[in-house]
Amino acid sequence: MGFLFEDDNFALFRDGFLQTIELSALSALLALLLGTLLAAFRVSPVPVLRAFGTTWVTLFRNTPLTLLFFAVEFGLPALDVHFSHLTFAVLALGGYTASFVCEVLRSGINTVPLGQAEAARSLGMTFGQTLTLVVLPQAARTVLGPMSSVFIALPRNSAIAGAFSVGELYSAQQTFSERGYSIFSIFFWVACAYLVISATVAALFRFLETRLAVAR
Amino acid sequence: MRTRRTLAVALCAVALTATAACGKDGTPGASASASNAPQLPTYTVKTDAKVDSAVLAEAKKRGQLVIGAKADQPFLGWEDLASGDRSGFDIEIAKMIAADLGFTPQQIKWQTLVSSQREPAISKGQIDFYVGTYSINDERKKSVSFAGPYYIAGQDLLVKADNKDITGKDSVAGKNVCTATGSTSIKNIQQYNAKITQFDTYSACVDKLMSGEVDAVTTDDAILKGYASKFAPKLKVVGQPFTEERYGVGLNKDDAALRTAINDAIKAHQDNGDWKKAYDATLGLSGSAAPTPPALDRY
Repeated sequence: MGFLFEDDNFALFRDGFLQTIELSALSALLALLLGTLLAAFRVSPVPVLRAFGTTWVTLFRNTPLTLLFFAVEFGLPALDVHFSHLTFAVLALGGYTASFVCEVLRSGINTVPLGQAEAARSLGMTFGQTLTLVVLPQAARTVLGPMSSVFIALPRNSAIAGAFSVGELYSAQQTFSERGYSIFSIFFWVACAYLVISATVAALFRFLETRLAVAR
Repeated sequence: MRTRRTLAVALCAVALTATAACGKDGTPGASASASNAPQLPTYTVKTDAKVDSAVLAEAKKRGQLVIGAKADQPFLGWEDLASGDRSGFDIEIAKMIAADLGFTPQQIKWQTLVSSQREPAISKGQIDFYVGTYSINDERKKSVSFAGPYYIAGQDLLVKADNKDITGKDSVAGKNVCTATGSTSIKNIQQYNAKITQFDTYSACVDKLMSGEVDAVTTDDAILKGYASKFAPKLKVVGQPFTEERYGVGLNKDDAALRTAINDAIKAHQDNGDWKKAYDATLGLSGSAAPTPPALDRY
């Protein structure tokens, strides 16, 4: 267990930890924005947007994440699109998680009674106003539980990025095992790091749930 | 069921001896099918092998020798997933040793193990010994013992055949160099101010090299020579190794008799020329000439 405090191992571990957080935070942001947009598309009255949202979800939710990383990391450069490896990872992970966020939000939207939207429309609100002022605030509250699952899964999914040139926790783990330290102690520390991240995300959502709870 | 498997094994053996390298003929770019291509050596199985080893006694009893190897290194430790055939330089070394221990190629049960699984598998006795780019070092000697070295590798650079900029470690500053995630190669090349790209597999790196997104791939020259052989003549190994990795055969820490027997086997095949023949027919296809076989370290 003590290997972490030998040589420069701690610096490597810390860098990996911070990189995992950075990657997860950026991807979470992208997933949240894109996911909300996609959900809006899927419930919108415009057929083209609905089709776009449905296609995105079908494509990204059903493709294994590793394959998505491959597609982004090897496919985009072939089309002469060049970004840093971190950006590629954020695109793959964010795009993938966005499809889950979209579906969770959409299920929330479906729980809001139709009368709410009808009332908003008859008061003269536009589709955008109805969605952002009336429907989404209620929908988001309802889905905080499943949403927290999506965002707890995200940092753990981010480990795949380690195989695609992002120096996060997984690649730190690879380095340690290459240096010959005992597998169990390496996994102990890496698991601890992921646990800290997941527990923080879970706590954040619990806090939101209590803050945003409304009497029904 | 039983007879069918025996038949399949027999057919495979016939096919193997007939073509000497059936797994390689289809490899793109390989020149192995040419009539003057180097042939793999054949090994005579020593039926009278007497070694006082606990691991071997167990293997004799089950009638199978379980050898750990890698499966994703072309011309080094490779498994053709379609046919299940193993080929490569490490595989040949393992076959030589098996023959001297009294096991035919059909009696070898291969088991693919990635680097991090090696020490646990050896010390728990899941495999009898391991041949697969396994560097001898003191940290590992705490849990396993090593026969050999049977090959001295060193970190080198793989570049496109027409590349003239990169001639060795001192010319990589500012270049994009790719290697495997977390490998020790990273630290070694960082000293020379290269820009590092890391992928899970070397084949991903080689892919990026072929498409020109990275300038070089770095790791042990044995692995690089394997890729250079696979994609011959499009790639070349620079040939200026800047580290030393001594590849050994990993085995149970307490089985000194087995270690001596494996050392004897390696020595015998180095001396009778099998070692060089095996090299020429595998890694030698890259265009890099065979090095002198290393002296054994009987510690």
